[in-house]
Amino acid sequence: MNDFHLAQVNVGRILAPLDSPQLADFVAQLPEINALADHAPGFVWRMVDDGGADATGLRPEDEDDLLLFNCSVWESVDALKAYVYRSDHLRVMARRREWFERLADHHMALWWVPAGHRPGVAEAMDRVALLRAKGSTPEAFTFRAPHPPPTGKAS
Amino acid sequence: MSSDDAALDALAVLGDPVRRSLYRHVAAAPGDVTRDAAADAVGVTRAVAAFHLDKLVDAGLLETTFRRLSGRTGPGSGRPSKLYRRADGEYAVSVPPRAYDTVSQLLAEVVERAGLDTELQAAARAAGEAAGVADPVVALRERGYEPYWDCGKLRLRNCPFHALAEQFPALVCGMNLAGIEGLLGEGWSAAMDPLPEGCCVAIEGPEGVGEV
Repeated sequence: MNDFHLAQVNVGRILAPLDSPQLADFVAQLPEINALADHAPGFVWRMVDDGGADATGLRPEDEDDLLLFNCSVWESVDALKAYVYRSDHLRVMARRREWFERLADHHMALWWVPAGHRPGVAEAMDRVALLRAKGSTPEAFTFRAPHPPPTGKAS
Repeated sequence: MSSDDAALDALAVLGDPVRRSLYRHVAAAPGDVTRDAAADAVGVTRAVAAFHLDKLVDAGLLETTFRRLSGRTGPGSGRPSKLYRRADGEYAVSVPPRAYDTVSQLLAEVVERAGLDTELQAAARAAGEAAGVADPVVALRERGYEPYWDCGKLRLRNCPFHALAEQFPALVCGMNLAGIEGLLGEGWSAAMDPLPEGCCVAIEGPEGVGEV
């Protein structure tokens, strides 16, 4: 049993408001994709807004109403990877440019948290900033350059 | 030994026609293959199949597992059978040396950074359409996808873009889906439906095609 879990944050700037026709397909798929995450092997937790269904009500930067944010916790890098790239989630990923702006810098960060810890918005955004400033380190890393959990056990 | 030499050695093992047939059969099979099944498929004796299959294992082209096919365990359930499947490693050789993998990686990096997913998908779809394919199953097989029918759906056991897809999943899998859509004729449809292994696309044919 690993004492550390993998936290994940992802920010994305939508091309139009969530209630616009352009985003309709994306919004329509959210319940299904979130349910898929909830039942995926190795899923631990995901952040939800006051609505309780997803995180689309959260804005990590007050002045930017198009910047969406999601954050979740997984048992391992492999578990998250399997959900992101080897499930129906990939179907949504392949259409990302229909809905999301291209972000010039890192928009996803991974880091290890003690099992049971639930990251907040500020903590998650700090990890994105850290990754942008320093590149992949044990404090904030990417799928391409992963770091093992602090115990040193393989993920 | 350079990696080029290692790849040439591995591929030289496929020079034997019987061995090549065995490799193709195992590589394209949806599950693990027994010696007997491989021998039957290729039309050689069990001993000949065993000899060549083990050469392919030595060369790193196939790998083996052992499993009791009866499904029973414990005493009296018989010896586990040796099963063959394609190994994960991939070998690319060009003579004289060329480095298209480096080029594709750099280009993918740039396309990813520029956010050109939609443009890449359009180009892939157009290339598929331009191929003017008569039989999609044959066309996919020729392109290395190793198609097989599974419950009325055409599944693809191999991803021809595997290494690049691992690095740029959204970009490359999106391109791949669009390319396949372009290849398919009237009445066929493709959708992203990833399994743990193989290509992430599943295909449905016109009514009646692929049903057993």
